[in-house]
Amino acid sequence: MASIAARRLGKELKEIHSEGCPVGINLVKADDFETWWFTIEVMGESEYKGEVYTLQFRFDGQYPISSPAVQFVITDGRQAPIHPHVYSNGHICASILGNEWSPVLSVTAVCVTLQSMLASCKKKERPADNDRYVRHAPDNPKKTQFHYDDDTV
Amino acid sequence: MSSDYEYSDDDADYYDEEMMDGTQDDLSMDSEDDMDMEFGGDDFKTSPNGKRKMYEVDYESLSQPAVEKLMAEEVEYVCNVCGLDDSAANLLLRHLNWNKERLVEKYMDNPTSLLVAAGISVPEPTAVPSTSRTRSTDNASASRRSSRGASRLLTSIGVSKAKSPVTSPTLSYHTPRSFKPKLNEPFVCPVCFDDSPQIRTLALECEHTFCSECWATYLVAKIRDEGELSVKCMAEGCAMACPDPFIRTLLVPSPRSPPGDPQQEIDHAKAWSHFQELQVRHYVASNKRLKFCPYPGCTNTVSCPSAADKSSLTTVVPTVSCGARGIGDQMTQSQPQQSGLGLAGKEHKFCFGCHIESDHKPVVCGVAKMWLRKCRDDSETANWIKSNTKECSQCQSTIEKNGGCNHMTCKKCKHEFCWVCMGPWSEHGTAWYSCNRYDEKAGVDARDAQSRSRASLERYLHYYNRWANHEQSAKLSLDLYVKTEKKMEDMQITSSLTWIEVQFMKKAVEEAERCRMTLKWTYAMAYYLAKGNEKDLFEDNQRDLEKAVEDLSELLEGPIEPENIPTLRQKVTDKTVYVQKRNEIVLEDTAKGFLEGRWRWNVAVDGFDDPADVVV
Ligand SMILES: [Zn+2]
Ligand SMILES: [Zn+2]
Ligand SMILES: [Zn+2]
Ligand SMILES: [Zn+2]
Ligand SMILES: [Zn+2]
Ligand SMILES: [Zn+2]
Repeated sequence: MASIAARRLGKELKEIHSEGCPVGINLVKADDFETWWFTIEVMGESEYKGEVYTLQFRFDGQYPISSPAVQFVITDGRQAPIHPHVYSNGHICASILGNEWSPVLSVTAVCVTLQSMLASCKKKERPADNDRYVRHAPDNPKKTQFHYDDDTV
Repeated sequence: MSSDYEYSDDDADYYDEEMMDGTQDDLSMDSEDDMDMEFGGDDFKTSPNGKRKMYEVDYESLSQPAVEKLMAEEVEYVCNVCGLDDSAANLLLRHLNWNKERLVEKYMDNPTSLLVAAGISVPEPTAVPSTSRTRSTDNASASRRSSRGASRLLTSIGVSKAKSPVTSPTLSYHTPRSFKPKLNEPFVCPVCFDDSPQIRTLALECEHTFCSECWATYLVAKIRDEGELSVKCMAEGCAMACPDPFIRTLLVPSPRSPPGDPQQEIDHAKAWSHFQELQVRHYVASNKRLKFCPYPGCTNTVSCPSAADKSSLTTVVPTVSCGARGIGDQMTQSQPQQSGLGLAGKEHKFCFGCHIESDHKPVVCGVAKMWLRKCRDDSETANWIKSNTKECSQCQSTIEKNGGCNHMTCKKCKHEFCWVCMGPWSEHGTAWYSCNRYDEKAGVDARDAQSRSRASLERYLHYYNRWANHEQSAKLSLDLYVKTEKKMEDMQITSSLTWIEVQFMKKAVEEAERCRMTLKWTYAMAYYLAKGNEKDLFEDNQRDLEKAVEDLSELLEGPIEPENIPTLRQKVTDKTVYVQKRNEIVLEDTAKGFLEGRWRWNVAVDGFDDPADVVV
């Protein structure tokens, strides 16, 4: 089924090139159908005003039937935003990346959802269990089965 | 705000996870007691092998089709009471963990909300979709929805909201409709972007339409990779569940359809049969009286109503067998007489009451579990004993154990000794001294904490050593099986014995292994038994069995001289009968002790009285 993944990602990329990304989101690199990078910025008034983060998408042959592995990039001086659903290793606890993933969601749709997750944040803080999680976290965030405590993301 | 998580890559843990079948207890049943599965009674055979012994439980083994029949009866009941069709009844039962009383109650109370919650009906257009996973409140969900709305516009992956008013449970999935939102716009599959006019499209009641290839790929992934019992619609946030006939249509090609990609057809067929197995496992796990066979690749179920109640586990050890034998490709439903030794003949024995995948008689589940936990926790200190090699106590040359027998002879100096206690064998052979009994003397003069802790470690090692030795012997029994089969062949050539007549060897080997299993667990039991008369009697029986098994093993592992075969046959047969008798005594007396409440422990054990006087 790799053909579906390639066709889908090709189409998504074409659309990004022709129509551009949503406001505050920019494509950094998409050299292949395995890893894509975007910068993400919250527009308007928010806790994250003026801050730019980098999101990494990793796709397997099952995309879009299975969700992409999405996380914030924390290398080369980049950092993960301080947010109750974002771990310091860049992993994100968001139900749409896990059990509420739908194959109709696109890469830009995920970016926009994460953008609004940041925008609606009232208090900048790490998840309560950050240290414990980061110490044992697998490399791929998809291997973690997060329990979503609220459904806002 | 915080989040719990677990890793999907579980590191298998020998004593707990590896011995259990993960699906059994994963269900949190909030009202199992309400369940009333209407089978049992007259349908149950009393015992699979005729007369039941005191240490045995009544049970019946059921094949997957037999369990599916029970499920079909439940479905039919719900159909009749609620006036639903089969697939709706199925989805409702799964949604409520096969608790049909609760189902009927809820259905009578509010059919629409139940049908929506189970993903059978589309929610009212105005209502917030009440998926079981949505726990969000007011503005939070509103902002989420709006952000997704925006994303939809941006990506042109549009999903129309359902509009049909829903009260009727009738399903229309089986009429694949071509989705034409605007008459002059061709259909584009929102998942793969295929827009060829020939593609076959399907939608559930919610009318979220996708091409059949995407549906099938999605179903296979959900079933195979995620083991989902109820597969939801692909559309974002849609809680509609795919009914069985819909899944079947996609995964099982109709006889009329042209042949497709063979690999894909295999994957689809596998997914469909896996889906059916998942349903059976879920049904079985929802019923306390049933347990799925934990052996890999086996799909049998055991029904054991008498061990359904946890409180029964202080008096019985519910060892059951699913009826199949062998592992993997060698699995059969054959009878013991027809099966060979070794893996092909391995009975699927397991405990109905706990996760131990073997027969842990005579010790009850609670004590067996405690012992396994202790072994795991203390494994580092005890590891050296597990080692398969030891040094001869006389000449220090390395000796490897390669059979089940504990009587070792050093190849180099011919020193004969006991593998377990390393003492000279002469003392064992004549007056089997208390090799099975821990000598407390060493612990008596323990004054300071250090020597006390050493004494307690030594005490533990005494039991562990013997426990591990029998476990090791059981593992080595595979070798012994091969050797025995060879000997049986040789005997037919060198003597006038027929194939039937050399079966005594096989029987003896099997019996010895069975007794080693009993012995193994008697050491776990003895470790926790409180000191006193009862324990002494227990250890006397244990010692007699140990001695008998050792004698039999020695006979079996010795060389066979053609001229001695008739004598050997007589000796082995006699010993086998004797060993069997000793084993019965241990099993019966221990089982009787549990029924009488005779056993006292030196620690607190769940379900038993507190230890009167703790002696460790
Ligand atoms: Zn498609
Ligand atoms: Zn739908
Ligand atoms: Zn089995
Ligand atoms: Zn048990
Ligand atoms: Zn020696
Ligand atoms: Zn000994």
